[in-house]
Amino acid sequence: MTILTYLIPISLTLGAIGLAAFVYTVRSNQYDDPEGDSRRILSDEWDDHPKP
Amino acid sequence: MTAELRPPSAAACPGCLAAPAEAVDVARKDARIALSLPGIHCQACISAVERGLNAHPGVRDARVNLTLKRAMIEADDGVAAADLIPVLADLGYEAHELDPGALSATQSDKAGRELLIRLAVAGFASMNVMLLSVSVWSGATDATRDMFHWISAFITLPAIAYAAQPFFRNAWEALSVRRLNMDVPIVLAIVLALATSLWETSLSGEHAYFDAALTLTFFLLAGRYLDYRTRAVARSAAQELAALEVPRAIRMVNGAEQETAVADLAVGDLVLVRPGGRMPVDGVVTEGSSELDRSLLTGETVPVFAEPGQGVSAGEVNLTGPLVIRASAVGEDTSLHRMADLVAIAESGRSRYTSLADAAAKLYAPGVHILSALSFLGWYLWSGDVRVALNIAAAVLIITCPCALGLAVPAVTTAASGRLFKKGMLIKHATALERLAQVDTVVFDKTGTLTAGMPETSNMGDFSRRDLEIAHALAAASAHPLSVALSRAAQAAGIRPARLRNVAEVPGYGIEGVWNGQRVRLGRAAWVGARQGTRTAVWLAVGDAPPQAFLFTDALRPGAAEAVRALGDAGMDVMLISGDSPGAVRALAERLGIEHWEAEALPQDKAARIAALGAAGHKVLMVGDGLNDTAALAAADVSISPASALDAARVASDIVLLGQDLSPIAEACDVAKKATRRIRENFRIATVYNVIAVPLAVAGLATPLIAALAMSASSITVSLNALRLR
Repeated sequence: MTILTYLIPISLTLGAIGLAAFVYTVRSNQYDDPEGDSRRILSDEWDDHPKP
Repeated sequence: MTAELRPPSAAACPGCLAAPAEAVDVARKDARIALSLPGIHCQACISAVERGLNAHPGVRDARVNLTLKRAMIEADDGVAAADLIPVLADLGYEAHELDPGALSATQSDKAGRELLIRLAVAGFASMNVMLLSVSVWSGATDATRDMFHWISAFITLPAIAYAAQPFFRNAWEALSVRRLNMDVPIVLAIVLALATSLWETSLSGEHAYFDAALTLTFFLLAGRYLDYRTRAVARSAAQELAALEVPRAIRMVNGAEQETAVADLAVGDLVLVRPGGRMPVDGVVTEGSSELDRSLLTGETVPVFAEPGQGVSAGEVNLTGPLVIRASAVGEDTSLHRMADLVAIAESGRSRYTSLADAAAKLYAPGVHILSALSFLGWYLWSGDVRVALNIAAAVLIITCPCALGLAVPAVTTAASGRLFKKGMLIKHATALERLAQVDTVVFDKTGTLTAGMPETSNMGDFSRRDLEIAHALAAASAHPLSVALSRAAQAAGIRPARLRNVAEVPGYGIEGVWNGQRVRLGRAAWVGARQGTRTAVWLAVGDAPPQAFLFTDALRPGAAEAVRALGDAGMDVMLISGDSPGAVRALAERLGIEHWEAEALPQDKAARIAALGAAGHKVLMVGDGLNDTAALAAADVSISPASALDAARVASDIVLLGQDLSPIAEACDVAKKATRRIRENFRIATVYNVIAVPLAVAGLATPLIAALAMSASSITVSLNALRLR
């Protein structure tokens, strides 16, 4: 059962990382245009670099 | 004659007329332009629009948002939306300008973002707690179980304290005014679940409901978020549309033109209104003569002649010559605003509608409280143990908790309004779909709604080729809508314009010129020496020959015929009520196959007619765009207006059509019916789950596992059922 002392903190940390990542995506406006983003991958015009 | 009427300093070309003498508003360095694009729907559209806009000189960056059907453009100063709209029109996309000021207010969508983060916190916390709970259910005992329960408690308490705040706040607001709403039983369930679970955990008890409290919060927040999102999209778009009316006017100060905000105009100011401009104020014409299009106010299609001394009302459109008017009423006092006040009276009737969700909540909230209190009392009297009784009361509250009820309406509304938004319809009001589903009578306005407000000639065949050539040459010299329609039709028929000399437009009257030594005129009946008939007409006089009339009908809006037919096929009564003359209304009614029509209806008549229909037990959908329709729009059970409608009309209506096409109206009725059916089904599903699970809970047989299963299963079935609408 000692394994639990590792596994439980690990699972909680992973959950917290996921939550933090989600909060980051919300704050950086990544859900503003879900419809458009899903279609843009079909575009054959792409940039090698993100826009400044 | 033309030259005398215009201010001597102004150049003749409309482009120069539009540029004021002094530079106004140089503060902005670069322009941010927002365009509404109701027609875009795929990747090809995004590419075409962005490529087209980026190729336009001065545009620095253009980005399309497909979800909101909108393009944001950053451009050099001097690039205006008016320059970009034709670019998109050439590419085949309809575009409307949006006010970037109103836009920035809606872009920082703080409330929605906050709700989303709360939803995420509840979701992640419930996943972790569920992991621990699953190990408890699958057999963890003694110290391990206690440890798992304690860890759950440490995750759950802060997560709930943060994520469930909206419910705490709403419940507190309701309780502080001594009312019950949906949130009161929710908060009670959450708090009771946490309290009993903590108590049980501290006594090394078997059952803890931490996971239930969290999933409950998660599902309810999901419902809230969907609800919020649908409303926010509609609200922001409606606000931006409302900002479309141009708030600027040209004031004449000591003979010089000065651009000012309409809000700053005062009674007694002289205001210059150029051809194509809309009257910003009520007033009296002091200079110039022209024709006025009053169709938005009264529904009349025949333009009205205007000369010095005549009164004009805000909202009328100046057609041919520049007019100077002396303001007699501004802002709130204009006839435009006074008519809008009629709306406020009619609106109060609308609020009496109770939405399905409210009806369900009214039954639900007291029922749950009574049930849980009774089971507490019953168990306490029977067993004498507060702990057992409290546990059972908590189980009852958790199992009956309205997860599915909270999702039942928003999930369906989101799916339905998303589908309608794709078709170019914007649902402004939360209960609009439910009301639309009950409609059995549809009332249309004529001018600007069923017709596009674009005249087309109907009797070109009656003229000789020679006359048509002369008419074409004369019409080409004017920007009057009837002239434009005439010369376009002549061009389409392959008529070449005749050679004329001394062509001049006489604002308010018509165009004259000299052809082979004879005077030729195209214009108003009285001016060419004919009698004014009842139909919209332009008269052509060649020399001394008797004048002949070009008759005009209003072009149908695209999709009008389909919409009327589809609504008729769906078994609805279609009516046409217009302020226009009987001849024009009858012609249109016959053309579209509408049996019931009324002409020359005043705004009050329209509202009264709709109220009478409502009193006779009909559910009325009103479709209209003009100011004369606003009272009727507000009086109807549900109303639709096109995006081209006046502010007041759009504000009064529940649904706005973003594009030109009318055909989505019939589909909207269909979608609304389906959506309401889904909502009812969802209520039934939620009830079935309760009917199965509640007796278990009251009997004391419910475990946290059963609670979790019942809650998740009902919420997921309800969401899936809603998705069938897409």
